[in-house]
Amino acid sequence: MKSFLKGLWSEHPIFRQLLGMCPTLAVTTSALNGLSMGLAVIFVLFFSSLVVSLIKKWVPPQVRIAVYTVIIATFVTIVDIFFKAQFPDISRALGPYVPLIIVNCIILGRCEAFASKHTVVTSIVDALGMGLGFTWGLFVLGSIREIFGSGTVLGMHILSPKYNPLIVMILPAGAFLVLGFLVALMNRIEKWKASS
Amino acid sequence: MKEFFKIMGVLTITCVICAFFLAVVFSSAKEKISMNEKKRIKQAIENLAPDSVTVQELKLKDQVVYKLFDKNKKLMGYAFIAKGQGYQGTIKILSVIDPTLQKLEGIEIIESVETPGLGAKIQDDPFRKQFDGLSVLPQIECLKDQVQKNNQIQAITGATISSRAVVNILNKEIKTLEKLLKTQ
Repeated sequence: MKSFLKGLWSEHPIFRQLLGMCPTLAVTTSALNGLSMGLAVIFVLFFSSLVVSLIKKWVPPQVRIAVYTVIIATFVTIVDIFFKAQFPDISRALGPYVPLIIVNCIILGRCEAFASKHTVVTSIVDALGMGLGFTWGLFVLGSIREIFGSGTVLGMHILSPKYNPLIVMILPAGAFLVLGFLVALMNRIEKWKASS
Repeated sequence: MKEFFKIMGVLTITCVICAFFLAVVFSSAKEKISMNEKKRIKQAIENLAPDSVTVQELKLKDQVVYKLFDKNKKLMGYAFIAKGQGYQGTIKILSVIDPTLQKLEGIEIIESVETPGLGAKIQDDPFRKQFDGLSVLPQIECLKDQVQKNNQIQAITGATISSRAVVNILNKEIKTLEKLLKTQ
């Protein structure tokens, strides 16, 4: 239970560990993009952690990173092909995000730091927690940027149509700004919690 | 030495197993993927030229051109796939053009890997709709400011390269189409 919950808050991959920054900053232009990316990452993280913790005994330490990368890339490509075949619409909406998961350091990080040292069950629990934590982080970030940058959430208009979108929020600078505020907020909450 | 072979062995086995799985997944999905693309092209033609009743496929060299006929069997125009380099990879555009090759009926982006949130907006209606009824003579122009003539479109803010790429691809492929149709 502890390995599951820590990914959601105390060791949150985005806001506490500051891992996987490039996909975090790049894909969160809208809430839906963030959500789809998060779900794809959960799948890849789950299976990569499973396989890595299964084979950990046989992998020589010198080449472990190479082996993990190949395994991760395999699962990412499977997701990509699966989407293209079964859900062409989702695949088109996700576009280049899916192959980008390969270079997401959360997955490699969890494989290396956790799955290669723990049992299969603990590893997949950890993977699920981290994946869900990553997903809610992306969703929040994407929602905030979408509200200010386009005036919508999940494509629905919530601000009046007269609202003049702050284009900077959709651009990379907006990603850094929102991320900075969210990390600061997270630290603040931790401080309050510690002092009370 | 023993270590060396162990490392090599583990890497080789990993890669072979992964490649095997990918091959299985890909070959089982291949047909579906190409079917999806065909379906998508058909759908796009229907969207852009709703009056077309018969679609005749023409193979001109390596270019596939679709001849569109209305219910009186009159030629309405051509649909063709224009392919070219975008900001981050190939952009594939399905365009429908009138029989005299002077005016676009519309375009739809079939495939692209432009920057999400910026260049990827070439797929969205506000940009795409600018091509409906756009004159291609003498050629399409891409502006950063308000358009003034009927052969001009306005680029997406923050994605000038992607917008220009679409215009350049269309200009080039329309010329190619003209040549191909003449030699036919």
